[in-house]
Amino acid sequence: MKKLSPGRKRLVNNSITYGMVAAAFIILQVLRGQGMVSPSLEGQLVPICAYVVMAISLNLVVGISGELSLGHAGFMSVGAFSGVIAAMSLQNAIPSPALRLVVAMVVGALFAGVAGFIVGVPVLRLRGDYLAIVTLAFGEIIKNIINILYVGVDGSGLHFSTKNEAALALESGGKAILKGPMGVTANVKLATFTAGFILVLIAITVVLNLVNSRAGRAILALRDNRIAAESVGIGATKYKLMAFVTSAVLAGAAGALYAMNYSSVAAKKFDFNTSILVLVFVVLGGMGNIRGSIIAAALLTVLPELLRAVNDYRMLVYAVVLILVMLATNNPTIRDFFSRLGLKKAPAKKGVKQA
Amino acid sequence: MKQSRILSLTMAAAMSAALLTSCGGGTAAQPSASQPSGAPAGGSGEAITTLKIGGIGPLTGSAAVYGLATKQGAEIAVQEINALGGLQLELNFQDDEGDAEKSVNAYNTLKGSNVQVIYGCTTTTPCVAVAAETFSDRYFQLTPSASSTDVTSGKDNVFQVCFTDPNQGTTAANYIKDNNLGSQIGVIYNNGDAYSTGIYNAFQAQADSIGLSVVSVQTFPEDTNTDFTVQLNALKDAGADLVFMPIYYTPASLILNQAKTMGFAPTFFGCDGMDGILDMEGFDTSLAEGLMLMTPFNAWGEDERTVNFVSAYQAAYGTLPNQFAADGYDCMYAIYAAAQAANLTSDMDNAAICQAMIATFTSGSFSVDGLTGSGMSWSTNGEVSKAPVVVSVQDGNYVTQ
Repeated sequence: MKKLSPGRKRLVNNSITYGMVAAAFIILQVLRGQGMVSPSLEGQLVPICAYVVMAISLNLVVGISGELSLGHAGFMSVGAFSGVIAAMSLQNAIPSPALRLVVAMVVGALFAGVAGFIVGVPVLRLRGDYLAIVTLAFGEIIKNIINILYVGVDGSGLHFSTKNEAALALESGGKAILKGPMGVTANVKLATFTAGFILVLIAITVVLNLVNSRAGRAILALRDNRIAAESVGIGATKYKLMAFVTSAVLAGAAGALYAMNYSSVAAKKFDFNTSILVLVFVVLGGMGNIRGSIIAAALLTVLPELLRAVNDYRMLVYAVVLILVMLATNNPTIRDFFSRLGLKKAPAKKGVKQA
Repeated sequence: MKQSRILSLTMAAAMSAALLTSCGGGTAAQPSASQPSGAPAGGSGEAITTLKIGGIGPLTGSAAVYGLATKQGAEIAVQEINALGGLQLELNFQDDEGDAEKSVNAYNTLKGSNVQVIYGCTTTTPCVAVAAETFSDRYFQLTPSASSTDVTSGKDNVFQVCFTDPNQGTTAANYIKDNNLGSQIGVIYNNGDAYSTGIYNAFQAQADSIGLSVVSVQTFPEDTNTDFTVQLNALKDAGADLVFMPIYYTPASLILNQAKTMGFAPTFFGCDGMDGILDMEGFDTSLAEGLMLMTPFNAWGEDERTVNFVSAYQAAYGTLPNQFAADGYDCMYAIYAAAQAANLTSDMDNAAICQAMIATFTSGSFSVDGLTGSGMSWSTNGEVSKAPVVVSVQDGNYVTQ
């Protein structure tokens, strides 16, 4: 067996990742065309895409940049609500649903990026687990702010209030978009599976290109040995911030996609549990392993629905499956088996390069 | 190495294929669901013998206590109805964890198993999400307890058995004013909760318009609801003689306890979320003495229907039913009555059933006598009309005012 050059190895690996996503999309589209997809799976396609993007983006922070973030749902929330507000307030200005969805996702990505920048600038200067603490708080702060925020739109533009719907003082014909703890209740569903697929492809492209660029190597160097990296002149804050903000932007777009799939979205959804859920996708898929994140996110989103057959034991079985997967992926015999198959060619630490 | 690449590709393909087939498994029955769709509405087929009802509500998670109650109350009704012979009801209840995403998933699962009518959801946010789906798919939907007006607004197919939040707030303000229960009103509400906020906003608006003096409004967030001394002190300092608490009973039990400890004894007035407080584990019912609440259902009621329901419920589940269970019980009887009045036939699909049920529900002559009110009728906006009931707690029992 001849050794592949690192560049070629990477190319093959990336093609597998893209190919896997594209194949899943094509197969699903064909099956949907023939009406062979159950309503249950049909309804989960968009959330799966959103969670896949969330997992990819969090992997950039946790796996590739080596910082622990516990508030990723916060960025999703910022993206979701800013995206929905944009889409609903532009309902008359932009009649095309596809264009409105794109605008929502771009707005969501931008706002989440700004939030990521604000959180990242002070925290990423510090060493240690401060990012985990600050992102945890950030997620809670966002949730509580949106819980008291009322936003409405009428002929003269957007109105904001932190009191109640009446305090928005909307003109006749105006409508309240975000209603505090009720969240958004009259959203027009725009998200489609195709849009989700394109977003997943964009996320993979952005992350893989970033990882395989000069900046990406700097990020990896900082993760592996900060002192050594800084000694050769790599600015820690700059590169860590680059990874963190990119991750926030993708999470914002995923949040907008997710929110545009439901007619009602409340801030409560994007709580600590959702952050942990995404972290579980990343950990189970393998830190720094993009392909693993995609598979883990898709499988773990579908799994609870498949387990509906066992009724009351659903959550129990789900938890047991999680533990078994954890054990299995850490079992030397099984790892060895997979490495012989060529699925996992190296210990997880170096897994990044093949992602 | 090259071979192993190919192998890994095949593996990846196999995995995604496995994923697809496993999900597709449940779809085998799907085509038969769409088969009868060609039948005209109000067709001439034979009368329907079994009505499949798909229930949605939280059976796990923090709202599970409400979802379980709506499920169990409905099950009691289904058993009673099926024992009568004639039209049989078949309830398939799916868990939604109180989450909009899971709720839509549950709805899609039910759709895949060919249900004809949707019963649910228990909580508001999931219900709004599911209502949008049932509206576009044309399923008739009846919710026991999702009380926001957003659930029904703009959707002709969604009906409520519970009072709406604004309705409760307005009624509470009127009741307090008319009966002179207090002159200095204080309010504690959960500003992270849609139910609580919805009632408070309507209460405040009505209080302003009828000249009820609200002296202090205190809030608490969803996550930290264990210490209320700050809020209670503020209310005490403001001189409140009646405290309006449109909140669920768990935080309310703590408020009552802490108020007693600090020697603050105004009249406490709650809404239907307060129902269940006397049945709470480890709660000293003497703390609730004098508490007034608006609830459509009184488990200590002496009418025959209530007595039968309570004894059947206790025999089956070992606990006292609360108003969620009663709402669920009434939902089943409302669906049963409407299905009979609408002359559903076996060749009708869900859209035809939906149309017939809507016509029946909104016809002036249709009314249901249930546990939570007699002569319940529905308007075209989906809201129920029934008389509100205020009870006060005396010696650990409800006494209807």
